[in-house]
Amino acid sequence: MSTYQLYPDTSKGPVSCVKRTDEDGSIHCIPFSEDNTDYQKYLEWVDEGNTAQEAE
Amino acid sequence: MTKAREIADLGSSATSLDTVGSNLIINGAHTVDQRNSGSSANVTNGADHFIADRFRFSENSSATFSAQQVSDAPAGFEKSSKITVTGTDSSLAATEFHRILQPIEGSNISHLNWGSSNAKTLTLTFHVKSSLTGQFYVFAFNSAANRTFLSGYTIDSADTWEKKTITITGDTSGTWLTTTGAGIYLGWSLGTGSTYQSSTLDAFQAGFYMAKSDQVNFGATNSATWQLTGCQLEVGSATDFEHRSYADQLQACQRYYFQVNGDSSDRVGIGGYAVGASEARMDVVFPCAMRAAPTISGTGTAQFDANTDSADFNVSAMIIDEAPTGIISGLGIQIASSSMVAGQSGGFRFRSTGTLSFSAEL
Repeated sequence: MSTYQLYPDTSKGPVSCVKRTDEDGSIHCIPFSEDNTDYQKYLEWVDEGNTAQEAE
Repeated sequence: MTKAREIADLGSSATSLDTVGSNLIINGAHTVDQRNSGSSANVTNGADHFIADRFRFSENSSATFSAQQVSDAPAGFEKSSKITVTGTDSSLAATEFHRILQPIEGSNISHLNWGSSNAKTLTLTFHVKSSLTGQFYVFAFNSAANRTFLSGYTIDSADTWEKKTITITGDTSGTWLTTTGAGIYLGWSLGTGSTYQSSTLDAFQAGFYMAKSDQVNFGATNSATWQLTGCQLEVGSATDFEHRSYADQLQACQRYYFQVNGDSSDRVGIGGYAVGASEARMDVVFPCAMRAAPTISGTGTAQFDANTDSADFNVSAMIIDEAPTGIISGLGIQIASSSMVAGQSGGFRFRSTGTLSFSAEL
């Protein structure tokens, strides 16, 4: 099961992507872009009532 | 030769040129393998794994597999994608399956007129080699998964390359995207549970199906192998396989996935500047416009190589600076590290063997 976590702000402010960590430990930075299929899956996951972890 | 004849011949010549690029399948010869470079990968339940670029193996059962691009192919080809059963599931539950999928971008199928009375007929040709004989199926469905075409083929001889040709009559109903979303999902079933089985063959039907009930369950036999190459999907009747240069195919694949590989000390053409001691921004220019703003991933370590180098950081910790819109020709990325000097220009430099990848797959 993959997990999602928000990124901390940078010097430009909030970032427009979310971190997904897969079971094998691989990490992916997913942009908030509706055409991105990873983002579409993230939105489905949120629609199921899940919430990404807060930024560290 | 008359001037009229010369002009007529020019027209004929142009028609021939129009046929270049007629294969709707990208990397049909399975030569490009950016992710694995020919290495084998284990595929377990719930996993999606790309073997050769654009060919996604989806496993949704208790069986386990290895998947690999290999140098075993029929005459006229060099590579194929090979799947080997490493753990069996002899009885698929209703919603379980194993399949190979290539989603075809909607932008590339607008000329098919699918969903209208002018829908064009396609021909699918491919070469397959399987250790298991018997009945297998290919399928095509739309992005809403509510229109499906199903057709069967038989593996006649074990461990022998066989060429298969299937006619796909164009769908006059349904919605087939012509955007940057998935236009057609084209797939090869390797085992399908009852929920996705249908007995309606060689015609479009409502719903989502991947095989008929007599489909071989490839995952039921330990060490069974199945290979695929020479895939071509074209308008009209079958023609010889369209061999394109490796560079052409690589670039076509890079619209969906682009990977930078490096060994320690390699600089890979990604430049930028340090914002301060702990942050740098860099710009990646893609070899071709990507389908969508990509997901980024990485392995290994790197540094911001400048007059004053940054401390090493994990490539997997890089983040997208700002998601681009419009034509996706590049991407701003950021790193967090230490020891940088504000205002210095520099660039990404691997400090170990590693990868930096960008995925805009369908």
